[in-house]
Amino acid sequence: MLESRNLSETLGGAPADVEVRLALYRSMLEMRAFEKRANDLFLQGLVKGTSHLGNGQEAIAAAYGQAMRPGDYSFATYRGHNHTLSRGVPMAPVMSELMGRAGGLMGGKGGSMHLTSVEHGMLGCYAIVGAHLTIANGAAFSAKYRHSDAVTVCFFGDGATNIGAFHEALNLAAVWKLPIIFVCENNLYMEYTPIAAAIAVEHPAADRAAAYGLQRIIVDGNDADEMLEIASVTIERARSGEGPSIVEAMTYRHGGHSRADPGTYRPDAELQEWLARDPIPQYRARLEAAGVDLATLEAIENAAVVAVDAATEEAKASPLPDPSLIERDVFADGGAKWRN
Amino acid sequence: MAELTYREAVAVAIAQEMARDDSVVLLGEDVAAAGGVFKTTVGLLEKFGPERVLDTPISEQAILGAAMGAAMTGLRPIAEIMFSDFLAVCWDLVANQIAKTRYMTNGQVGIPLVIRSANGGGARFGAQHSQSVESWAMAIPGLKVVAPSTPYDVIGLFASAVRDDDPVLFFEQKSLYALRGEVPNGEIVEPLGSAKVLRHGKDATVVALAAMVHRALEAAELLAAEGIEVTVIDVRSLVPLDTTTILNSVVETGRLVTVEENPRLCGWGAEVASIAVEECFFDLDGPIVRVTTPHVPLAAADSLEDLALPSTARIIEGVKKALR
Repeated sequence: MLESRNLSETLGGAPADVEVRLALYRSMLEMRAFEKRANDLFLQGLVKGTSHLGNGQEAIAAAYGQAMRPGDYSFATYRGHNHTLSRGVPMAPVMSELMGRAGGLMGGKGGSMHLTSVEHGMLGCYAIVGAHLTIANGAAFSAKYRHSDAVTVCFFGDGATNIGAFHEALNLAAVWKLPIIFVCENNLYMEYTPIAAAIAVEHPAADRAAAYGLQRIIVDGNDADEMLEIASVTIERARSGEGPSIVEAMTYRHGGHSRADPGTYRPDAELQEWLARDPIPQYRARLEAAGVDLATLEAIENAAVVAVDAATEEAKASPLPDPSLIERDVFADGGAKWRN
Repeated sequence: MAELTYREAVAVAIAQEMARDDSVVLLGEDVAAAGGVFKTTVGLLEKFGPERVLDTPISEQAILGAAMGAAMTGLRPIAEIMFSDFLAVCWDLVANQIAKTRYMTNGQVGIPLVIRSANGGGARFGAQHSQSVESWAMAIPGLKVVAPSTPYDVIGLFASAVRDDDPVLFFEQKSLYALRGEVPNGEIVEPLGSAKVLRHGKDATVVALAAMVHRALEAAELLAAEGIEVTVIDVRSLVPLDTTTILNSVVETGRLVTVEENPRLCGWGAEVASIAVEECFFDLDGPIVRVTTPHVPLAAADSLEDLALPSTARIIEGVKKALR
C-alpha cells in the first residue's frame, strides 16, 4: 500500500481534540457535496468551460485548512475548489464563479481555475502547472521580510514536479529558508498519464526533497488525522523559522483529470481499491469509534447538503456579469486605458 | 547638478526609491555582492543590506515568482532580469501571471513591481543577448512598458515605475549605459505615459525610443543642414502611450516616421502608425515610414549588427521617403 511514513521522529502524537476533528469532517463533507454539485451543474450546462474536481482528495486541503491561521497564505492549482473552501470562503460566490455569474468570487472574470479570495488568505488558484510555487515563495519572503509570522502553504500535483519552476522554487525556498510548506498531492496521474511512466523516481516530491536539503516526507493523504498532524508539524516548523518543508500526500482523484476526461485509463482494481479508501467514510468510522454520536455526524452531513443547496440557489439567482466588467481592473486605476 | 552615466543613474534611481520606501526590495542574479553584471547596482548592498538587496540563483522563474508573490502581499519589489532576452525563460510569469492577476481576481490583487532588464543591441553580443523586446511586453494587457533614453529619465521614470501600482517592465538600453547626462540634485520623478518633444520642426514628426532617440536627433541635425526641419519625439513609455503628443505633432507636420530598434513585424511603431492612420488620416500628407531593424535576428559581428540596426543614414532616408 503506502510507503512507510518516515516520520516517526515527528509524528505519532495523540489525535486532535474532537472539535477540531469534527470541523475537519465538516470541511471534507462540504467539499465533497460542493464538487458533486459542480459536476451536476456541468451536466445541466450551468457550469461552463472546464473544471477539475477534487473528489477523493479532500483530506489534504481540509487538514491544512484546519491547521492554518487567519492571515496565513494559500496557493493552489486549477484543482483548487477544495483549497478555497478550506479557508472559509463561502460556497455561494465560488459556485457563482463556476457559473460565470455576477456574484462570483471574482465577478466571473477568473473562473474555476483561478479562485482567489484575499480576505481569506486564499491568494489564488493557478492554472499554469508549477508557476505558483515560485509565487508562493514571494508571499513567504514578504512575510519574513515584514516580520509577520504568517506561513504560506502551496499545494500542487505530482505532475508539477517535472516542470522547471518546481526546481527553481524549491531551491530558492531552501536557500532563503522561507516559511513555506510545499504540499504535493500525489494522485498517481499527471493528467491522463500514470506518474510512474513520467518520472525517474518513485515519489515525485519526497524522493527529490534531498536535492534541496529537505526531509523526505510521505503521508497518507486520505487519512485526515495523519494529514492534520503533518500539517500542524510543518506549519509550526515554518512559523518558528525553521524554513520550508515538502510533503508528499498520497491520494487519488475519484474522477478524471477534468470535465472532458472520464478517467477510463485507470485499472478498475486500482480505482476500487482507492474508492475503498475514500477519506470521508474512513474518517466517519473513526469518529464513530472515538465515540461521536450518530446524531452529531448526521447533523454535519445534512448541513453540508443544505449549504450546497443554498449556494446553488444563490448562484442560479445571480445575474450575468455587467458588460462593463470587460474593461475593468486591467490596471490599478480600475480601467483598461493604455493611451491618452 | 551632476553629470552621471546612464549606468550610474540606474543605481541612483534604485537608491532614491529604496531610501524613500522600506517596502522596496531588489532581487536578481548578481545584483548584490557583484553590483550587477552591468554595474548598475553598485553600492546598493552596502547601503541597504542583504535583507533588501538579494542575490538569487540563476532561476528567472523563481525571481519573477518571488517578486510577484511579494508584490501581492505588501512589498514593491524590483526584479532584475539580466538580459531582456532571458524574459523568454520566465515569460509565463510576465504574461500569464503578473499581467493578468489583477484582472482575473476582479481587482482583489495588485502587483506593484518593476522588472528591470538590459535591452537592445549594439554590444556585439549576438542574437540571444541583444534583442529589443519591448514589443513583446506591449502586446500583453496589464503591463506597463517604459524605456528611458537619458540618465535623467532613468531616474525620473524609474521613480514613477516603482510608485506605480501596476507591474512595469523597465527596459534599460544597454548600448546607452555609458551615455553621460546632466542630472539635477534632489528627487526626480517623471510621469509615465508622457512623451517628450526634444526638437521642433515643421516638416516631419520622427518618433523614437531609447537608443534610437539619439540617432533620430543626429539625423535631425544632419537634415537641418539640408533645410529639412523635423520634430523629434522621445516616446519614453509605450504603455501608457502618449498618443496626444504624437498625434498633435503629426497634425502639425503631416508626416510621420517611427524609429524602432526592434525587428520589423509588430514593432511598437506599427501601433503608432495604425493609430495615426485611423485618427488623423486627413492630416497626413504622405506615407508613414517605419525605420526598423529588418525582420532578422541580430548577428554578432560588429559590421553586420551595425548594418541591421537603424542607422542615422537610414533614418535620414526614411524621413526623405516620408517627404516625397
